[in-house]
Amino acid sequence: MSPLARKRLGKVALNTTGLLVFLFAIFPVYWMASTAFKANDQIFTTEFIPFPTHFTFEHLDRVLSEGVAGHSIWLYMRNSAIVALGTVLIGAVFSLLAATAVARFRFKGRNSFLILLLIVQMIPAEALLIPLFLSVKRLGLYDQLLGLIVVNVGLTLPFGIWMLRTFVAAVPKSLEEAAWIDGAGRFTTFWKVLFPLVAPGLVATSIFSFITAWNELIFALVLMSDSSGYTMPVALQYFFGQKGTDWGAIMASSTMMTIPVVVFFLLVQRRMVSGLVAGAVKG
Amino acid sequence: MTNTSTIARGGGRSSTPRRPNSHRPAKASGLPNWSVPYVLLIPGLLVIAALLLYPLIQVGIIAFQKVGLVQISGRKPATWVGWENFTKIFDNEIFWSALRNTVVFAVLAVTLTLVVGTAVGVLLNKLGKKMSTLVVVGIMFAWAVPPVAQGIIWKWLFDAEAGVINWALNLLPDWLSNLLFGRADWTGEPWLNEAWSIYMVLIICVVWASFPFVAVSVLAGLKGVPAELYEAARVDGSGAWRTFRQITFPLLKPVFAVLTVLSIIWDFKVFSQLYVLMGGPAVREAFNLSIYSYAEAFRPPPKMGSGAAIALVLTVILLIVTAVYVRQLVKQEEM
Repeated sequence: MSPLARKRLGKVALNTTGLLVFLFAIFPVYWMASTAFKANDQIFTTEFIPFPTHFTFEHLDRVLSEGVAGHSIWLYMRNSAIVALGTVLIGAVFSLLAATAVARFRFKGRNSFLILLLIVQMIPAEALLIPLFLSVKRLGLYDQLLGLIVVNVGLTLPFGIWMLRTFVAAVPKSLEEAAWIDGAGRFTTFWKVLFPLVAPGLVATSIFSFITAWNELIFALVLMSDSSGYTMPVALQYFFGQKGTDWGAIMASSTMMTIPVVVFFLLVQRRMVSGLVAGAVKG
Repeated sequence: MTNTSTIARGGGRSSTPRRPNSHRPAKASGLPNWSVPYVLLIPGLLVIAALLLYPLIQVGIIAFQKVGLVQISGRKPATWVGWENFTKIFDNEIFWSALRNTVVFAVLAVTLTLVVGTAVGVLLNKLGKKMSTLVVVGIMFAWAVPPVAQGIIWKWLFDAEAGVINWALNLLPDWLSNLLFGRADWTGEPWLNEAWSIYMVLIICVVWASFPFVAVSVLAGLKGVPAELYEAARVDGSGAWRTFRQITFPLLKPVFAVLTVLSIIWDFKVFSQLYVLMGGPAVREAFNLSIYSYAEAFRPPPKMGSGAAIALVLTVILLIVTAVYVRQLVKQEEM
C-alpha cells in the first residue's frame, strides 16, 4: 500500500470511530425523544422502529392534562424551576462575596478556608440527609419548597465559590486600583468595575448550580411528602409504581425535564470545563 | 488537594494590595480594611457551617442513637445505644453485599470512564474540525441528561419486552449468540431483576453519561501540548501507545489527577440512576451503601440510627480513598 493510501485509510478509520462515538452518545437521547412521540403500537413492540411513523402528541398531552400523581407535569416543572432559581439567586450572592474575599484579599485564615471548601465538597450528600431531614422537620420547613432551596444552597455553595474565585482572580486588579485611585468607594468599585467583568463567570457558575438543583433527587424524595410539592425527579419515580409502565408518558416527561439542561449545557459548555478542571488545577 | 501550590502562587502575585490601600483615606463604609474579607465571608461560612459541618457532626451523633418514629415526632428524646447500630449492620449480610457493590462498581465505573473518556479525547484531538465539533456536540447531549433521566433511558433500552438491547441481541446469528452466551432467544430477558445485571446496566449508564466530561477535559489539556513534541516523537519513530505513555500522560497528569478524584467521588455514591433502575429500593441484593442508608432511614419503620451508621461508613471510606490518593499525588510531585 502506498503511504498516501495508508494515510487516507487512517483518516477514514478515524472518522468512522468518531461517527460511532457520536452515535453511542446520541442514540439513547434520541431514543428517549422519539419514544415520546410514538404511538403506543410502535412503542410496545419487539420490532425496531427508528422513526415515529405514527407521530403523536398524545403522551405529551396526557402528562400535561391528566398529569402524574394527580397533578399536571407543569406543576412539577414549576416546582423544579422555583427550587433551582431560588438556589441560584441566594447562591450567586453568597458565592460572589466569598469568591471576592478569597481572590482579592490576603488574610489570616484564607488557606484554611480554601482547604475547608475542598473538604466539604467531599462530604457525600447521603451523610447529610438524615440530620438535615430532622432539622428541616424541626424548623417547620418540611414539605415546603423553601426547605429544599435552603438545602440546595448548602450543596452547591462550596463548588460555586471554588469555581467563581478563578473568574474573579482573572479580572486584572489594575482596573480596580485605577477606580480606587480616582476616588471610587469600595462598593462603587465592586459594583461598577469588578461585577460587570465577573458577570459571565457568575452566569456560568449559576448555571452549574441550577443544573445541580434541577437534577437533585434524594433530598427532594425525603423532604417532600405531598405530591403538590414534588420536583421533576421525584414525580418521574411515580410512573414506576404502577402496573404496566407507561413508557410514552415517561419519555415525554423526561424529555421535558432534559430540555432546559441541554440548552444550558450547550450555552456554557466551554466555561464549564475550564471551571471544573482548570479551576481545580491552576487555582 | 491542589491548593498548596495555589496559595504559594497566589501569594506571590498579590504582594501588592497593601499599597493601594495605604495611600487612600478610610472610606465611608466605615469598615476597617482588615475586616473586609471576613465580612464578605460571613454568609458563605454560615451556610457551610449550618448546612454541611453541623449535619456532619450530627450524623456522627445519630449513628450512636436510636431514632425511630417516636423520636422523629419529638415525643421521646433519642436514646444512646453505643455501638449497637454498627454491630447490627455489620451482622447484616445486606451491608456486606452493599459494601461490595459500592466498591466494585466504583472501581469498574471509574476505570472505564477514564479509559473511554481519554480515548475519545485523544480521538477528538486527531479529528478534523467539522468532525470533532459534531462529536463534541453529540457527547454533550449524553453529558447533559439529568441522572434520573439517564436511569430511565437505560431502563427503557434494556426493557425485557420492548427494549432495543434485546432486539439487537436477537439480530445476532443464532450460532454466534449460542457460542457467546449459550442462548439464541433474548425476547423477554429481564435485565433489571438481578443484582449482577442491574450493575452491568448501571455501569454502562454511568460510563455513557460521564465519559464526555473526561473526553472534553483531556481534549482541553491536549490543546495545550506543543505540537513539536509530537512531531519529534514521530520523527524518532515512536508508536501511538508509546507517545501516549511518554508524552501525553506525563503532561496531562494534573488533569488526570483531578478527573480521577472527581470520578471516584461521583461514582462511590451513585444514587439516582441505581434508584431508577431498581424502581426504588426494591432489590436488596443490589443495594449500594447510599441506597442502603436511605432505605434503612426512610423506609418504614424508619431506623435513622442505623441509616446514619451506614452513611458514616460511606463517608469514612470516601475520605480515606481521596486522602490516600491526594497524598500519593502530593508525594509524587508538587502539583
